[in-house]
Amino acid sequence: MFDRKTLLTLVLLLVPVAVLVLGTELSGVRLLDRIATTLCINLILVVGLQVFMGNSGILSFAHIGFMGIGAYASAVLAMPVQMKGMALPDLYPVLKSVQLSPYLAMAAGTAIATLVAAVVSYPLMRLSDAAAVITSFALLVVLHTIMVNWSAVTNGPRTLFGVPRATDLYLAAGAAAAMIAVALFFKESRTGVLLRAVRDDEVAAGAIGAHVSVLRWRGFVLSAAMAGLAGGLWAHFITSFSPSAFYLKETFVILGMLVIGGAGTVSGAVFGAFAVTFAFEGLRASETIINAAQFLPTQIVGLTEIVLACAMIGILILRPRGLLGTAEIGAVIGASRGPAVTAQARQR
Amino acid sequence: MAAFIQFAIDTLSLGSLYALMALGLVIVYGILRLVNFAYGELIMVAGYTLFLLNGSPLPWLAMAAVAVLMAVLTGIATDYVAFRPVREKSVTAVLITSFAFSTLLQNAALLFISPRARLVPVPDIFSQSVHIGGVVTPLRNILTIVVALLLLAGFAVVMKRTVLGIALRAAASKFTMARMLGVPANLIITSAFAISGLLAGVVSLFWLGRIGSVVPGIGLEPLLVSFIATVIGGMRSLVGAVVGGFLLAAIVTGLNYTLPQNLLQFRDAFTFSLVILILLWRPEGLIRGPATGQRT
Repeated sequence: MFDRKTLLTLVLLLVPVAVLVLGTELSGVRLLDRIATTLCINLILVVGLQVFMGNSGILSFAHIGFMGIGAYASAVLAMPVQMKGMALPDLYPVLKSVQLSPYLAMAAGTAIATLVAAVVSYPLMRLSDAAAVITSFALLVVLHTIMVNWSAVTNGPRTLFGVPRATDLYLAAGAAAAMIAVALFFKESRTGVLLRAVRDDEVAAGAIGAHVSVLRWRGFVLSAAMAGLAGGLWAHFITSFSPSAFYLKETFVILGMLVIGGAGTVSGAVFGAFAVTFAFEGLRASETIINAAQFLPTQIVGLTEIVLACAMIGILILRPRGLLGTAEIGAVIGASRGPAVTAQARQR
Repeated sequence: MAAFIQFAIDTLSLGSLYALMALGLVIVYGILRLVNFAYGELIMVAGYTLFLLNGSPLPWLAMAAVAVLMAVLTGIATDYVAFRPVREKSVTAVLITSFAFSTLLQNAALLFISPRARLVPVPDIFSQSVHIGGVVTPLRNILTIVVALLLLAGFAVVMKRTVLGIALRAAASKFTMARMLGVPANLIITSAFAISGLLAGVVSLFWLGRIGSVVPGIGLEPLLVSFIATVIGGMRSLVGAVVGGFLLAAIVTGLNYTLPQNLLQFRDAFTFSLVILILLWRPEGLIRGPATGQRT
């Protein structure tokens, strides 16, 4: 299924996830647990976005919209029946009596996000370049408008509360590890290779028989499925949220992680998620300290976003392919070891 | 009859704003083939300039001139920060840098001014109303139409008659060829951004006049509106942008009049779905622009 280099990449990428889980468990700090779980969920989102963006070369803004679908679907299906009367008084009677286990609900949420993506995106995959980006942006706005106004299911722009808590660090880390493997598998699969051929030269790839829109569609649906799963996990971790969580700010953070690490590779996505999370938490902590010390007359807000924006622009100017470049980490390490081994063999 | 006049005035005044905004987006897209995501922030910058000048003894027209100037300068800054360094790298890179620049400006407003809405000065003439054919309408709407028509006419003259306009159009149709014939690339691109800023600045005066206050996120709606209008009209055609702007205003006003109350809140979802449909039917928009050239 995997060749040696890809397997090496997978192992090397799972190490930081394992270290994160072990480190958090051993330290026993509650705050770290929250940061680590959020990091694992963001990891799924970034790797999911990489599946489509890295392989097809098309920027997609709609990703976080599918996270929202996964979150709301899973939350509504898993919410206890007596809670629904308070949190969602206008819910449809059919849904009122439904109460799934949170894990089943997450699976259902993922399935619903996948289904919506499969239907909505199929016609959009014919578009390239700016038209594709603008339609994906339009799609995000459509999804957001629906989430804000469909009060019966989402409680409108207000916070939806009372979602049972089911996600812990182990579940999130396990899911993240599985999604890293899926993304690597997709990248090396026939569809992934053909999709990258389309990315590099649409006309030439079409001429050798690559079905451009179907290939892109497969990538997009897989990417949306991962976003839906991340949404479900997040909903059952945070337990109360509003539609504003699934809009431009979150899109910006996820996109920033991917771009800083490098959109072309799964390694870049994983690296970017870790690097940005650590930088963010550091900045947020200093923001809190400055605000608590009342050093300045007003509260500081938005500093972290400004730093992230500057970092993104700087990296795109200096290293447009991201910090990790175009090669997977396994290939880099495998290649540097490979010739050395043959040289030794030749000496013998 | 009265209903028709009402509809016409609403559509024309909204359409003038949409058309000017779409034009500002297309003039950059036409030459660089790049979408400027930081376009909406030009309106935010103009708005905060007005807010900061609120206490000053200047007359409103002087404040407005400063606000428009700030929008022009921010437009040029967008070119220098987000576009010029990554222009030749990849389309995706520039989309992301302009998105990042937009976030940067918004959060700077959050950090240095306030997350809450701030009042902007509005001249008295904006709040008066007039009677036309049995319809009472704010004078602001009529002013919007007049100013927009004047600007569009001026813009058309510049594009058709002046050296700058001819150079801009040449660069939009075949950039490499234009450069070989002595059109300076950087200067032309910077002028496109300056014109874009000028249009956004003028629009912002009327846009803010409708709302009366400015918040850091104010740029999103104008940005979306210009996106839709340009996509409907044709991404590479200046006429298309104007047509798209007026058509979009007709659609929005029409939906406002006809949609039942409980569906009205989903209006944006309807308009955006319409955009997606139009793009599927004609990926290049309703009006085709000049033949595509390579940008450099």
